[in-house]
Amino acid sequence: MSLKLEDIPFDEGVQKGIENDFMRQAVSEAQGRFRAGRLKQAQELGNWEDWRKLGEEIRTHTVNHIDFYLQQLSEQVEKHGGHVYFAETAEEANSYIKQVIQTKNAKKIVKSKSMVTEEIGLNDALTETGAEVVESDLGEWILQLEGDHPSHIVTPALHKNREQIRETFAKKRGYTGSSEPEELAAFARKQLRSDFLQADVGITGCNFAIAESGTITLVTNEGNADMVWTVPDTLITVMGMERVVPTWEEMEVLVGLLTRSAVGQKLTSYITAYTGCRGEDEIDGPNDYHLVIVDNGRSNALGTEFQAALHCIRCGSCMNVCPVYRHIGGHAYNSVYPGPIGAVLTPVLDGYDDHKDLPFASSLCGACTEACPVKIPLHEMLVLHRQKIVENGDTPFAEKMMMKGVGMWGGSPFVYKMSTKLAHSALKPWTKDETIENGPGPLKAWTQVRDLSAPPKQSFRSWFENRKKDGEN
Amino acid sequence: MKVSLFITCLSDIMFPNVGKNAVEILERLGCEVDFPTLQTCCGQPAYNSGYLEEAKGSMKQMMRAFKGAEYVVGPSGSCVGMIREYPHVFHGDPEWEKPAQELAAKTFELTQFIVDVLGVKDVGSTFKGKVTYHPSCHMTRILGVKDAPKILLQNVKGIEFVELPSGEDCCGFGGTFSVKKPEISAEMVKEKSRHVTETGAEYLVGGDMGCLMNIGGRMQREGKNVKVIHISEILNTHN
Repeated sequence: MSLKLEDIPFDEGVQKGIENDFMRQAVSEAQGRFRAGRLKQAQELGNWEDWRKLGEEIRTHTVNHIDFYLQQLSEQVEKHGGHVYFAETAEEANSYIKQVIQTKNAKKIVKSKSMVTEEIGLNDALTETGAEVVESDLGEWILQLEGDHPSHIVTPALHKNREQIRETFAKKRGYTGSSEPEELAAFARKQLRSDFLQADVGITGCNFAIAESGTITLVTNEGNADMVWTVPDTLITVMGMERVVPTWEEMEVLVGLLTRSAVGQKLTSYITAYTGCRGEDEIDGPNDYHLVIVDNGRSNALGTEFQAALHCIRCGSCMNVCPVYRHIGGHAYNSVYPGPIGAVLTPVLDGYDDHKDLPFASSLCGACTEACPVKIPLHEMLVLHRQKIVENGDTPFAEKMMMKGVGMWGGSPFVYKMSTKLAHSALKPWTKDETIENGPGPLKAWTQVRDLSAPPKQSFRSWFENRKKDGEN
Repeated sequence: MKVSLFITCLSDIMFPNVGKNAVEILERLGCEVDFPTLQTCCGQPAYNSGYLEEAKGSMKQMMRAFKGAEYVVGPSGSCVGMIREYPHVFHGDPEWEKPAQELAAKTFELTQFIVDVLGVKDVGSTFKGKVTYHPSCHMTRILGVKDAPKILLQNVKGIEFVELPSGEDCCGFGGTFSVKKPEISAEMVKEKSRHVTETGAEYLVGGDMGCLMNIGGRMQREGKNVKVIHISEILNTHN
């Protein structure tokens, strides 16, 4: 199961993104909003760097002891009447969930937002069961109607504006109202209400799974997750195995970091928590409960230099500050997980074959690392990926040769000094008025959109040498 | 105080004036400046492209070149940032870890050195013109130098300083990124040029020639009448 969205070359996706003015405008505005919100919340909370450090410590500790906490989580869920299934692959996860749905003879399934189900391609896999699957997160619902993919892990329909959404509703559901957000949302609520009431099975993702109590917590602004877990008789949670936290105490810290970093809110409108099956004295919740814990390549990162990628709490703040993301949009990454964390995580989960451009689509500006609430060194991990790709011999021949040259040049003061003497004359044929407007070789890509000032006759070192001599004379 | 100038390969070959200005400023502030001629490149182009072994050759050469130096000062946040990463690159290497730590500990970016080490906030220069400043990503995020260049600029006599909107956004240079993913880099530098134009500044100033070469090259291509200069030029002007 590949994480790729489309079977197109990477640069083609980038070009499509760059040419999509509509999307770029929408993304740029959203980034501005999210960034300002996050900074304001961080300032109001105070000691933001200390909170980040605490977040990092919690995630590092938990992932270091992930076997212990998953075991504890699974015991607690079973104690509360739930079934726990560890899926090593996407296929295993999908076939377990299919089996539950077939056993229940379910006709309708409602889902709340879940990136891991996007990752494993659950909705496609479920079409075989004949059951109707309804996404109940507003953004996800819009995309489902369109047959589109999320372009952001928190705000999946970030690339759409309200006029496009109005058109989708009109085309797919006979909507006749305006493009006012309140009116659009009211329409969606009405449509979804009957789906919630009819659903046989609910499926949710998981923001944090609390090991000490076996509780699943979800962070939403729409309250749809509460409908999904309270109404249907059967409930399935799908979680990436790294979503676990030791206790409620750590959950509280991480939720605060998550909501502030994701959307600039102290807390979201709903923080949902549910544990196993409905108790005897409880009036809602499932009678049959299943927790599916998905590995799907995550273990590849354990014990490696990429382990910190599993610390991610899926806030999306790295995408909200990334200038590359702003210009190309989420879909251009051609992975279920876009943006800086996507560029780091995708090759870990899915290998380099389909994603070897991803680590190179970054200027390494470090804005992502600076924004990350759990201090994942994202831009450094992109360099590590580049090293692996080079080690695998998977870079173009011309680049390999050039870098061999660069290595020799930097390693030898003699060769280097020669280059300082020769640069001016070597580029002379392309130089006019001390400027190169159409350079040769690798300079061609540079001069396509910008001028290059030509190297002057005298290098710095030669100036310094002469100055010293003059001084001595 | 003895200072060894780390010129950076880019300024050595392409922008020698940056080095000249740096030498003159440091001398004016009472430093004795030498230039170890065995220095080459910090290794960043190869390192950031994933060519670790090729990068290490350069890095070792830099450690040899600056072995005897008391302070190493370079006019680039990015290249100095790379040197500060050497201990991480050579972590566990029995021969090179220690020299890497030594070099990283004594290497400073020019404005950082002036403000933090020399304790000088006003270099006594005069510059007439409307100036905006691009705080380069590696200078601010990798090296952590955010205030020093601004402190020095704001104390220049005659200067009119304006903030650059969205200054913290990358200009799209990113070393080999600019030629490996030129389409993305192009959009980033176009945006930066737009922001610089919005300020109405006559001069764009920065502490990294890589970024300035990128922004300046783009603005020149667009026919924009903004002079893009390294901060050392302003700090060494007395008009």
